[in-house]
Amino acid sequence: MIRRTAFAVLRKDLLIEWRSRALLTRVVPFAVLVLVLFAIALDSEPLVLRAGAGLVWMTTLFSALVIVQRSFELERRDGALDVLKTLGVDGTALFLGKAAALIVQLLALVVILVAGAVVLYGVNVEAPALVLLVTTAVLGSCGIGLVGTLYGGLVSGTSGRDTLLPLLLMPVTAPVLIGASRATESAFGGDAIDATTAWAWVGLLAVFGVAFAVAGAVSFGPLLDSDS
Amino acid sequence: MTTITTSATARSTSTKATRVLGAVALVLMAWLVVSGLFLTPADVVQLESVRIMYVHVPSAWIAYLAFVTTAIASAISLFRRHRSLGFDRVAGASAEVGVLFMAITLVTGSLWGRLTWGTFWQWDPRLTTTAFLFVTYIGYLAIRRLDGTPRQRARRSAILALLAVLEIPLVHFSVVLWRSLHQEASVLNTDGDVRLDGLMLFTLFSGVVAFSAAFAWFVVHRQRVAAMDDLRLTSGLDVALAERRAEAVTT
Repeated sequence: MIRRTAFAVLRKDLLIEWRSRALLTRVVPFAVLVLVLFAIALDSEPLVLRAGAGLVWMTTLFSALVIVQRSFELERRDGALDVLKTLGVDGTALFLGKAAALIVQLLALVVILVAGAVVLYGVNVEAPALVLLVTTAVLGSCGIGLVGTLYGGLVSGTSGRDTLLPLLLMPVTAPVLIGASRATESAFGGDAIDATTAWAWVGLLAVFGVAFAVAGAVSFGPLLDSDS
Repeated sequence: MTTITTSATARSTSTKATRVLGAVALVLMAWLVVSGLFLTPADVVQLESVRIMYVHVPSAWIAYLAFVTTAIASAISLFRRHRSLGFDRVAGASAEVGVLFMAITLVTGSLWGRLTWGTFWQWDPRLTTTAFLFVTYIGYLAIRRLDGTPRQRARRSAILALLAVLEIPLVHFSVVLWRSLHQEASVLNTDGDVRLDGLMLFTLFSGVVAFSAAFAWFVVHRQRVAAMDDLRLTSGLDVALAERRAEAVTT
């Protein structure tokens, strides 16, 4: 039952996204712009090449803020969230569905940003490192997506949500930023980190994802209960 | 602007017990100043800068104590229907004071670091985690100030406080892993290990006691002010209406 509801929520969110094309027309241009601006600010090709992995994930984090805000703005508008609650939609299912939709969008964004780093920063991805890169992208998106949904739900419907979300989200996502950046750095051929260490970072991302998946599934229902 | 003069809200936040507690805290603080600045000797390695430690170490302790208090009070407030608002106010008061002491810790720590290590900041795991802890609880305080009823606030902030308990170990672990893979800067290798003589240790200890007393005093008062705030929020309008009606009768 939870799985069916979660899938319905996922489908709904992705359908809205597909029809409005907000990701494609607003978030992706913003993200690419940030990549370009980072390169201008650092103003050094070797430095940009070395920082490439971190910049990709930093940009993902910035863009995630925009996507999360939009994801909950949709629920708030026309009282959609109240309707879902009236229908008796389970909090856990709602959390998992919305998080999954967010993860899909973030993953698409990461793919575009990695391509952007290859084109703009000149990073080089060898074929054997592709498995590491894909795993990192998936788990990194999962981490940001789960935490983003949880904290997005926490501030949704309040007056200070636009300014509060970055303040709450940035510290929590620090482990993802550190882990995903280091693993991606290794996948980009950086010699500072060997493959074993890179996979240790991927392990950290997995632990983070599981921890916040459980935390979100448990607490999302009580969080959205407005009464009592 | 409405002035509320019911018997429940007109009282001050101090009682005899808190006055005694406040006096004890003040005396202990005075002793800390005298002992820390004048009685204790300067350190062999750190020279006079060691005196910063008498403030730095106790405030770090109190900050951690405050955040643990917040977590426990939040858990109780979330899982207990009865009197959950009281525990929520204790959680909020404790977090507020904790952020204050964490700020003192960070400021005194970087001043000490400038004197001893030659740099204000070092990307060492403990420092980095502390900075994240500080920002996390600033976020927690911001959540508490959002609009909504006291009950909504209690639930939202309790969940956030418990998420912080989940978050901080993860952040700490990732930062430790991150730094252990990173080459150390050679300038920062000064060994900060100090052997304390009797009076220095006693001064440090009395600092912890003095700051604990101050912490308790702050939390008790802050929590009572919060209770008054909540009362004003929930029944302020009723009280004002009753007052205006009473006025209408007398005139």
